[in-house]
Amino acid sequence: MTRPFLSVENLVVHFPTPDGVVRATDGLSYTVEPGKTLGIVGESGSGKSVSSSAILGLHRNTSAQVSGRIWLNDIDLLTLSDKEMQARRGKDVAMIFQDPLSALHPYYTIGDQVAEAYRVHNKVSKKAARDRAIEMLDRVGIPNPQLRVDDYPHQFSGGMRQRAMIAMALINDPQLLIADEPTTALDVTVQAQILDLLQDLQREFNTALIMITHDLGVIAEVADDVLVMYAGRAVEYGTTKQLLTAPAMPYTLGLIQSVPDLSSDVNEPLRPIPGNPPSLLDPPSGCAFAPRCTFKHLVADNLPDTVMPELEEIAPGHLRRCHLTEHDLSKLTPKPAEEVEVV
Amino acid sequence: MLAFIIRRILVGFAMIVVMIFVVFALFFANGNPAINQCGKYCTPEKLDEITGLLGYDKSIPEQFTAFSAGLVVGRDFPVNDEYRAALIENGYENRIIHCAAPCLGYSQSDQKTVNQLLVKAAGPTLSLAIVSFLIWIFFGVLIGVIAAINKGRWLDRVVVGSTLVVYALPVFVIGTFFLQYVAIKWQLYPYPRFEPLKEPADILPWLTGILLPALTLALFFMAAYVRYTRAFVLESMSEDYIRTARSKGLPERTVLFKHGLRSALTPLVTLAGLDFASLLAGAIITESVFNYQGMGALAVKANNNHDLPVLIGLVIVGAAAVIVMNIIVDILYAYIDPRVRVTK
Repeated sequence: MTRPFLSVENLVVHFPTPDGVVRATDGLSYTVEPGKTLGIVGESGSGKSVSSSAILGLHRNTSAQVSGRIWLNDIDLLTLSDKEMQARRGKDVAMIFQDPLSALHPYYTIGDQVAEAYRVHNKVSKKAARDRAIEMLDRVGIPNPQLRVDDYPHQFSGGMRQRAMIAMALINDPQLLIADEPTTALDVTVQAQILDLLQDLQREFNTALIMITHDLGVIAEVADDVLVMYAGRAVEYGTTKQLLTAPAMPYTLGLIQSVPDLSSDVNEPLRPIPGNPPSLLDPPSGCAFAPRCTFKHLVADNLPDTVMPELEEIAPGHLRRCHLTEHDLSKLTPKPAEEVEVV
Repeated sequence: MLAFIIRRILVGFAMIVVMIFVVFALFFANGNPAINQCGKYCTPEKLDEITGLLGYDKSIPEQFTAFSAGLVVGRDFPVNDEYRAALIENGYENRIIHCAAPCLGYSQSDQKTVNQLLVKAAGPTLSLAIVSFLIWIFFGVLIGVIAAINKGRWLDRVVVGSTLVVYALPVFVIGTFFLQYVAIKWQLYPYPRFEPLKEPADILPWLTGILLPALTLALFFMAAYVRYTRAFVLESMSEDYIRTARSKGLPERTVLFKHGLRSALTPLVTLAGLDFASLLAGAIITESVFNYQGMGALAVKANNNHDLPVLIGLVIVGAAAVIVMNIIVDILYAYIDPRVRVTK
């Protein structure tokens, strides 16, 4: 059997600190195929960015312990030397970050920074790299790229900066693109433009895309598959349709319900998930979501507090991590959120 | 960009004018300066005579005008017109001293113009400032970067610990050690004596003579700059754009030197400019230890002799150095940081 294009298997990223080990990502597995998009959803600190940075090898050996397997085209990236990884970074795998103002160096021109990504992987003249940068800036929709190439990041608008970041990430035609909340710092109309652009480029280059976000709207628009993360682990994984129409894990349901509905009454209060995510320094030994779960009373004994549920396949390609026996949450009656005792 | 530089220079010029006025007002607010030249057995008549001769009987605005005029067109000393006329009449024209613009005054105790004294003292002071500046910037930044990239390891701890020790050691202790032990007792290095740098052939004796005092002065600043550089580099290496640079696949060397160090330079340039300027008014302790006749030694002597014109001249030169260095720093800033540049 051939391996998927990208296959992350049992990825663990731990950060030893003086106060103990921060379990930022604990046993994460997923796959992505070329031309497809995987959406990774979760609250801040759920390990979305940390696990994706590991694919680029951005964690330093001194501060992080990374284990597991990251197969990209049948090569385990975690077995590569620093030098081999560096040669792939930005070439086979590229990343777009949120807040392009701080992700771009304020002292160098857009053109320099975009061309630098090309020159480091291709033996070309400065002139050729610059021409290539202009071509890419044009491709991502920056008007007058011949002139704007010499501008500094602070002379660009937020949307333009993100376009420049995309140009920089795609200049080497990577097979895998990781977009870490690429639209968070942008206003809504620009968000839509950037998402459209990413999808266009993905179709054109047949790139595999990992879209990290906490915005379910973005997921619904771009993702083929969705991975929901909570406290460093996958809690639900399936196709976008499966997760958005039939969420089988209370956390996913909570995320969906917390999105305000445009057609509903404006006076209706928002429905947040009660409580806060647990500390990754000392995560609960049982189900990490149990303290916030509105369905917890439906599970016998104190099972959720002591035993970590395993990922189970409840339908073809649909996995969840939950103690509930029922797969269809709409058949169950949750406790009102106010009655959940939050620690 | 040119408009920006011109504007900074004009503002700097205005600041120098205001500063001269303040210095002048400050020194004259403290009674009649002539009393310092009157000697031990000062009678009221003698004091009046000296006051008149030195021109201190004029109102302060008048004196300020005369002083300012001296800065622009030069002045003749003694300042008292009648006395000068009398000197010419009696054939003592050679006793009249012309002080060319920008004239900072005349030292009664040294019988020389302040300009002459300052020019003479400028050699050792400038040499000391420049050589020690080069030493401390080069080694300070280098060691700081090394400490930053080894953060938390033993090398970093050794560096941080030793900077603390060096920083805590008074300059006169280091200076005395170099002089008494390295140069005199152990004879490891020729006794440091200032040799003026007049032609290219002088460079070796000049450097040999300046190295120990420059090192003494540099060590203190170097310790501080190691810490500054370490902190600035660590800060800039934790920025988001460093992560971007790494994700592009740049070698760690490029990430550090091209992306990390560049932004750490901005605050360093500010500090270095001001620290260098502060040395231009003289390094009093270092000059005293090594018996260098620079601005610092001149200041000590002028202070002991109550030589007001020299003190005013020194303060003005020192303050002007700070203002000029500030302008240079501003211009460098615009060169380093494109966000400071005035947009086209």
